[in-house]
Amino acid sequence: MEPLLQLTGVAKSFTMHLQGGIWLPVVANVEFAVASSECVALAGPSGTGKSSVLKMIFGNYRCDAGEILVRRDGETIDVARAGPRAILKLRRTTIGYVSQFLRAVPRVAALDVVAEPLVAAGVGREAARMRAGDLLARLNVPERLWGLPPATFSGGEQQRVNIARGFLPDLPILLLDEPTASLDAANRAIVVDLINEKKKRGTAIASIVHDDDVRTRAADRVIDITRFAASGAG
Amino acid sequence: MSETAAPLLIAEGLTKYYGRQLGCRDVSFSLHEGEVLAVVGESGSGKTTLLQLLSTQLAPNAGYVRYRLRDGVTRDLADLSEAERRFLFRTDWGYVHQDAALGLRMSVSAGANVGERLMAVGWRHYGRIRGTAVQWLDRVEIDTGRIDDPPITYSGGMRQRLQIARNLVTQPRLVFMDEPTGGLDVSVQARLLDLLRGLVTELGLAAVIVTHDLAVARLLSHRIMVMKGGEVIEHGLTDQVLDDPREPYSQLLVSSILPA
Repeated sequence: MEPLLQLTGVAKSFTMHLQGGIWLPVVANVEFAVASSECVALAGPSGTGKSSVLKMIFGNYRCDAGEILVRRDGETIDVARAGPRAILKLRRTTIGYVSQFLRAVPRVAALDVVAEPLVAAGVGREAARMRAGDLLARLNVPERLWGLPPATFSGGEQQRVNIARGFLPDLPILLLDEPTASLDAANRAIVVDLINEKKKRGTAIASIVHDDDVRTRAADRVIDITRFAASGAG
Repeated sequence: MSETAAPLLIAEGLTKYYGRQLGCRDVSFSLHEGEVLAVVGESGSGKTTLLQLLSTQLAPNAGYVRYRLRDGVTRDLADLSEAERRFLFRTDWGYVHQDAALGLRMSVSAGANVGERLMAVGWRHYGRIRGTAVQWLDRVEIDTGRIDDPPITYSGGMRQRLQIARNLVTQPRLVFMDEPTGGLDVSVQARLLDLLRGLVTELGLAAVIVTHDLAVARLLSHRIMVMKGGEVIEHGLTDQVLDDPREPYSQLLVSSILPA
């Protein structure tokens, strides 16, 4: 079966114009694929470009070279060359992303933060809220917090809101950037269950997980990202 | 956002000089229904000139603006008659000024400010006009008990919300906004932004928002255009331009934000 996600020759560098035009190569020739029902873990010390790779797949960072192919309904889209409208459509229909930190919007209640991707995908607001509530409950976010904007929540609560938002829609590809970093053991175990449920439903997952236990229980393969170090990168 | 439909608005090679002074040069883009474009840059970068060209308040020295009218026909705005242009402005377009006093009639009641747009598109039934005005005041979080007060008695934030209600009551497809949160207190700004964000999504509005505030751009827009010295120097997906800016000036803008 063809992988849902396939990276070939992907490279990323930053040019810091405000620091005298310093050129910071991050990765080069990144090459890996993720199949349906598979979870791969990107591994390597911090600063080796794991998050940058996920961000390029999500279209959040630009890609300097190579291809990031996403397959959906017999169609293949190259994220590295897709325009803004195509990337936004991919995010609604195909690629979910749990970032390291929740970017909280002022005045929007946690329940709506979680429900929003479903609403954007056309699910009715009340139905989306019901499903958002179910997932927040499962992640042990107390119901009294649901109506409040998450900006004032603790780090762990914010991260669980973020996880719920990323896991709620059923998208074929899911990117996870340290989803369990600020969680206790009980909540880490729930996230492992959520990942395994996604895999059963056919989701292709690319993750960054520092916790060895979570990695062993959720990931099928480990990809050593230092293999793709760009020359000059530390 | 519809995927296949033709763009709502197309700008091609828009150029404007004020005498020898450059306003903006060679700006091209297209905007689809439901799409929000933020135009950012410092004062004098050509943002407002561009907004005025797009909304036909200024005539370009070169280039054109095309718009897909409600009948599905895409026309060059320069070819519209004055009456057609006025009709477009009253029905299918909104224009939110930074200074609400420019977009409102300050000494007539709030209800009349909203109702006037409806009367301009042919509404005559007083009860229905007033009913709709009440609904819109409520929607923009203005106490409906203030419907008979003129906006001169309103706070800055309320005036701005009233201006938005007045613009949206005719269900336009495209709204131009010039620094919609400029000059408001931070807490008032947050409320207004949240309101705008909800309305834009619910109504599927297309919008061109000129702002120097990158937080406004991040919250409201799908795409961002960075202008400097009258030219577009960077244009792309909003989070891509803000998180991975490529041009020196874009990097300067992004790095100049104070962390909250």
